[in-house]
Amino acid sequence: MSAPLVEVCDVNFAYDSRPILKGINMSFPKGKLVAIMGLSGCGKTTILRHIGGVLKPTKGYVKIDGKVVHELDQQGLYAMRRKMGMLFQFGALFTDMTVFDNVAFQMREHTDLPEEIIRDLVMMKLHAVGLYGTQDLMPGELSGGMARRVALARTIALDPMLIMYDEPFAGLDPISLTVVGELIRKLNDALGATSIVVTHDVQESLKIVDYVYFVSNGAIIAEGSADDIRASGEAFVKQFVHGEMDGPIPFHYPGNDFNTDLGVHA
Amino acid sequence: MNIVGGLKGIGRRVVNAVWRTGYGARFFLMTLLYSGMSFRRFRLTMREIFFSGVMSLIIILVAGMFVGMVLGLQGYETLKRYGSESALGSLVALSLVRELGPVLAALLFASRAGSAMTAEIGLMKATEQIDAMELMAVNPIARVVAPRFWAGVISMPLLAALFSAMGVFGGYVVGVVNIGVDEGSFWSQMQASVDFQHDILNGVIKSLVFGLAVTAIALFEGYDAPPTAEGVSGATTRTVVESSLAILMLDFILTAFMFQGA
Repeated sequence: MSAPLVEVCDVNFAYDSRPILKGINMSFPKGKLVAIMGLSGCGKTTILRHIGGVLKPTKGYVKIDGKVVHELDQQGLYAMRRKMGMLFQFGALFTDMTVFDNVAFQMREHTDLPEEIIRDLVMMKLHAVGLYGTQDLMPGELSGGMARRVALARTIALDPMLIMYDEPFAGLDPISLTVVGELIRKLNDALGATSIVVTHDVQESLKIVDYVYFVSNGAIIAEGSADDIRASGEAFVKQFVHGEMDGPIPFHYPGNDFNTDLGVHA
Repeated sequence: MNIVGGLKGIGRRVVNAVWRTGYGARFFLMTLLYSGMSFRRFRLTMREIFFSGVMSLIIILVAGMFVGMVLGLQGYETLKRYGSESALGSLVALSLVRELGPVLAALLFASRAGSAMTAEIGLMKATEQIDAMELMAVNPIARVVAPRFWAGVISMPLLAALFSAMGVFGGYVVGVVNIGVDEGSFWSQMQASVDFQHDILNGVIKSLVFGLAVTAIALFEGYDAPPTAEGVSGATTRTVVESSLAILMLDFILTAFMFQGA
C-alpha cells in the first residue's frame, strides 16, 4: 500500500467516564477508499470526528499529512480542514441557500475567484454528480438521494485531498444507493483523493472499497480487503456481513430476567 | 439518603447554572471577537436585517398605532379632569419615546424575531449544518451568529423609533381627528416638552441595550439548544421568557439612571 495520508495511533476517547474508543489504530493510504464498519453506536462517527479535529483524544493521536491534528491551533486546524471534505449522514445542506449557493459556499468563503469562474466550477461539480440543472432548487425541493448528491458536490467543491463520508447510504432507495456508491468510487479515483467511508451498509460498501476496518464496542475486531471480510470466520464479522440474527450480538437488550419480571418462575 | 439526594440535585443545578452562565459569557465574547466579517461583508448583516428587522415591520407598526390610539383615549380622559387636554401631545410623545416605544417594540421583537433566530440556529445545529460549516473551515460564530447579532442591534432602535412615530400618529388620530383636541396645541406642546438628548437619545440607548440583550439571548439559546425537536422548542420558549424578563429588568435599571430626579 502507498504511504498513509491519515494515521490513527492508539486513540482512546471517553465521554465522562464512558469509554467510546479503546486504543484504535488505523492507517488510510493516499488514493485509497477505506471503510469503517460496525454497528450503530460502536464509535465509527467518533473516529471521523477525531480525524476532522472536532474531538480531542484522551490518549493517542491522529496524524494527517504528517501533522498531529489535536496539536494544531485554530488557524492550523482550519488550514487543514480546507483540504478535507465531509459528507454528512443526511447531507447537512444549508436550507436557506439554493443548490448553487450550497456548492459555491466554500469557493466564496475560501477563494477570491470571480463569480463567472465560480459559476462554471459549480456547474462542473453538479454535472459530476449528475444534477446539472438543479442549481436553482432549494434543498427542501430535493429527494433524499438528490440531497446527498448535492452534498457530495459541495464536499468536492475545492478538490479535497481527504474526503470523509458519514453513513452515505443511510435511507437511500436501491437506485440512489448504487448511484452514490459509484460516485464515491469514481470521485475518489478522479480526484486522486483518499476517502474514508463510515457505514453499516455491508453489501454496497464492499463493492467499492479497497480496505475495511471492523469496529465493535470501540475497538477494531477485524480488518482486511473486501474479499478478506467476505471470507472472514470471525463470529461478529460473519453475523454482520450476512445479517444473521444469532451470533455474538444478542437480539435482546441486556436487562432483568423477563420471566422473573413477569412473576413466572420456572 | 433523600437529604443527600436532594442536596446533590441542588448542587448539580447550581453547577449547571454557573457553567451555563460562563458558557453564555464566552459565547457573547466570541461573537464580539468574530464580528469583523459582519462589517467586512456587510451584505450578510443586511440580509439578516431584512429577516429580523424588515419582516418585523408590520407587527411593530400596527402595535405602535394601537398603543398610540389607546394612549390618546386614556390620556385625554385623565387630562380632561385637570383641564389640560392641550397637553395630550406631550403625554403621548413622552410616554412613547421614553418608555413604551423601546419596551414594547423590544418585547414584540423578542417574540417575533428572537424566537425565529433561536429556532433557525437550533435547527441548523440539529441538522448538522453548524458542524458542516465548522468542518468546511468556516467559523459558524463569524458566519452565522455575528451577522444576526449585529442585525438585531441595528434593527432594534429603528423599530422602536418607528413604533413611537406610529404611536404618535395613532394618538393624533384619536386625540385631534376623533376627539377634537386643538391640533396646534397638540403639536406645539409635544415640540416644547420633548427634549432630544434627555428623551429621544435616552430612548434610543434603551432600545440599543434591549436589542443587544434580546439577540444575545436568542442566539445563545439557539446555539446551546439540544439537537432535538423538544430541545429546539424548549430553547425558543426560553428565548421569549428570558428576553421579556431581561427587557423589563434592564428597563428599570436604565430608567433609574436616566430619569432619576428629572
